[in-house]
Amino acid sequence: MNKQEIDARFVSIRREAERRAEHRKREAIPTIYIVMSTCGLASGAAETKHAFEEALSHKGIQARIVPVGCLGHCYAEPLVVIDHPASGFPPICYHQVSAGRARVLVGSYLEEGDPVLEYVLGAMERSDLIPSVMDFPRFSLEQRLVMEHCGHIDPDDIYQYIALGGYSALARVLASEPAEIIHLIETSGLRGRGGAGFPTGRKWSLARASETGGNIAICNADEGDPGAYVDRTILESNPHQLLEGLAICAYAVGATQAIVYVRAEYPLAVQTVKRAIRSAKELSLLGPGILGTPFDLEVSVFEGSGAFVCGEETALIRSIEGRRGMPQHRPPYPVEKGLWGRPTVVNNVKTLSSLPSIVQKGGSWFRAIGTASSPGTAVFSVVGNVRHPGLVEIAMGTSLRTLIFDVCGGIPNKKSFKAVQIGGPSGGCLPESFLDTPIDFDSLRQAGAMMGSGGMVVMDEDSCMVDVARYFLDFTQKESCGKCTFCRIGTRHLLNILDRITKGDGRKEDVELLATLSEDIKNGSLCGLGKTAPNPVLTSLRFFLDEYEAHIKEKRCPALKCRSLTAYYIDLEKCARGCEVCVGCCPVEAIFTTRGRKKGIDQKLCVKCGECLVACPREYDAVVKVSPPGLAPIIERPPDEEKSVGGQG
Amino acid sequence: MVQDIAAMLPAFERHRGNLIPILQAIQERHSYLSGAAMKMVAKHLGIGPGEVYGVATFYNQFRFQPPGRHRIKVCLGTACHVAGGEIILENFERKLGIKDGETTADREYSVERVVCVGCCALAPVALLDDDVLGRMLPSKVEGLFVQFEIERQRQEREKVARESGEQARD
Ligand SMILES: Cc1cc2nc3c(=O)[nH]c(=O)nc-3n(C[C@H](O)[C@H](O)[C@H](O)COP(=O)(O)O)c2cc1C
Ligand code: FES
Repeated sequence: MNKQEIDARFVSIRREAERRAEHRKREAIPTIYIVMSTCGLASGAAETKHAFEEALSHKGIQARIVPVGCLGHCYAEPLVVIDHPASGFPPICYHQVSAGRARVLVGSYLEEGDPVLEYVLGAMERSDLIPSVMDFPRFSLEQRLVMEHCGHIDPDDIYQYIALGGYSALARVLASEPAEIIHLIETSGLRGRGGAGFPTGRKWSLARASETGGNIAICNADEGDPGAYVDRTILESNPHQLLEGLAICAYAVGATQAIVYVRAEYPLAVQTVKRAIRSAKELSLLGPGILGTPFDLEVSVFEGSGAFVCGEETALIRSIEGRRGMPQHRPPYPVEKGLWGRPTVVNNVKTLSSLPSIVQKGGSWFRAIGTASSPGTAVFSVVGNVRHPGLVEIAMGTSLRTLIFDVCGGIPNKKSFKAVQIGGPSGGCLPESFLDTPIDFDSLRQAGAMMGSGGMVVMDEDSCMVDVARYFLDFTQKESCGKCTFCRIGTRHLLNILDRITKGDGRKEDVELLATLSEDIKNGSLCGLGKTAPNPVLTSLRFFLDEYEAHIKEKRCPALKCRSLTAYYIDLEKCARGCEVCVGCCPVEAIFTTRGRKKGIDQKLCVKCGECLVACPREYDAVVKVSPPGLAPIIERPPDEEKSVGGQG
Repeated sequence: MVQDIAAMLPAFERHRGNLIPILQAIQERHSYLSGAAMKMVAKHLGIGPGEVYGVATFYNQFRFQPPGRHRIKVCLGTACHVAGGEIILENFERKLGIKDGETTADREYSVERVVCVGCCALAPVALLDDDVLGRMLPSKVEGLFVQFEIERQRQEREKVARESGEQARD
């Protein structure tokens, strides 16, 4: 099949997409884009949409409501963009649009033409009328490749993606030789975004070399890191870019079958991808004889059932085969002998989503973004103690400082930065002195962390590093598949030691023990899970040894986080006589009234939830948290008080 | 349940790769996997029941006990942990008198921990059935149960009213 014939077929699809876009524009009625991905829905986007619909029909105003995916600004959800051409304003992005605000917007903006400036985040285009979001560091420092269209299009409308140039890369690829495509990806220097950073082009040429006439391409959307949601957002917001990438990959490596492996815990993502596959098939962009060529690609979705280790490619393959997801010895690598014994290429969502733009704009264009050894962009879900959490895409080589302080607004509540955790359970915590580390595969690994699959948690001075290490070990210990002894039992021992340190029972030799055991687990494990499980311990030992020592020697948690090592008490000097606020909020009735009609905390009953500290009126500020717990003064419950509490219960 | 599963199975080809999809489909309809169900799956695929059980227990998704009518899930992903998710979980446990993974005796509620539901910006997060509850606080847990109680009493009153209405008609 020659280039002209493919082009002719594709052009007719493209025309239809343009015709629809043109039609929308000509209608000249306002369009309301509502972010309806998981975080939007969690913040009430469904109620917002309902409120818009009601207000529009009530006032008899014509407008189009388009549900879109995530813009990445999770801190400002529910986000709404209103394009109201007749008003003379550019499209405007509104933040925190509750149902009430939605009604106001319909009345004031759509009906009367007043854009309600106090709800505005910024204009989506530059204009003299309203400051543009493009001038915010969040927008100007970001560089979006993978997430370019996320939040701007309806994920369920394939034509919106096509109108923006979607699937034209696939059409171009189909007219080329697979070897040319592999060469292109090799020259682009693209490295796998699933964590390890293996060169994608090299992986493909290995698979091509062992071709059997029926290779398999798998998209890894298992995303097991307990603090990352990048892949899910891409699936929910722009599934077609991923599917286009998957088809390009399949064509290059000679695959006739492709599988998207998505976690079953991501129901919205699973449904969105399934619908996207169906609509791509209808246009002959997937399925048998794509765009009239002899290239057949059967694409299906496999729902992973919740095991972190199944993100590892050999375990993932085992689980599709209906077995326990245990990693296998490599070699043979999946590219030689993978699913059902056939050569299999496993690539991450972000890797595949990067492909269409590389095909369109060329390898050297991609190489020019990012750094020499890690070209392209990195997508992170930046969460924790930052002012503007959400999804961020930046060029590789950007420093951690720029990302955390400029793009994400730094640490809120006048607290100071303590550490950033990158790479989830396989990664590590980096302290302030590493903030100038450039974000790329090699620099992060050198620093002791890992690129991972995009999880980044920023922690302020109130986070305890020993507790964070314990948290991750608790996770990996539960998720270890049990195949290797060191991983199965070693992580259990690490967890026990960390547990006792956080409970104040740490021993002198524990630090030494943690270090040697960590090295043993690294050496004695087969797959990446065990090999990297000790990283959170090793990095925190390296950068925050003083915190371990405070826990062990002084039985003190410097961040006042470990509950066995802290206590709350009420400063009688500050406590206001007769005030009952803390009593009402205590979930375990641990607060009593002293003889002087002030309040005291019964240390035996206190569960240290911190509610009273939050509840105590700002002007009194009488609740104090201390570590070690012995620092809390003893305030006895008056005997009659005790009786009356007993009487009530 | 047995009949329903017997009716479902023929739709799946007798292929090992269908094991997990079959288990997922059964759990989707019946909310858990019973011993009898797993035996039927084993027979359908021509593999040992131990093999089915072995695979099912490997994955976190599968349950072997029916969950409560309302499922409470508390996120203990990294962001939620740092924001105190554990305290939220404890509040639910204390309120219901059950531990993580258990169901109350009246089968009304079950509590479980999950990792990252993808709304880290709202940490700590809990889910009540399919509703995401962001920025949780112990006092919000308290409030939730007050709401449940009000709702339950309302339903009770409606039921009584309905019944007495029916009696009056008779
Ligand atoms: C314990 C473990 C968990 C992993 N989890 C993921 C994951 O959630 N997503 C992912 O894409 N890759 C994950 N990987 C990496 C995969 O094994 C594999 O390298 C990757 O999917 C290849 O895609 P890439 O070349 O595009 O990076 C994991 C590896 C290990 C050892
Ligand atoms: S960690 Fe709880 S939602 Fe992500």
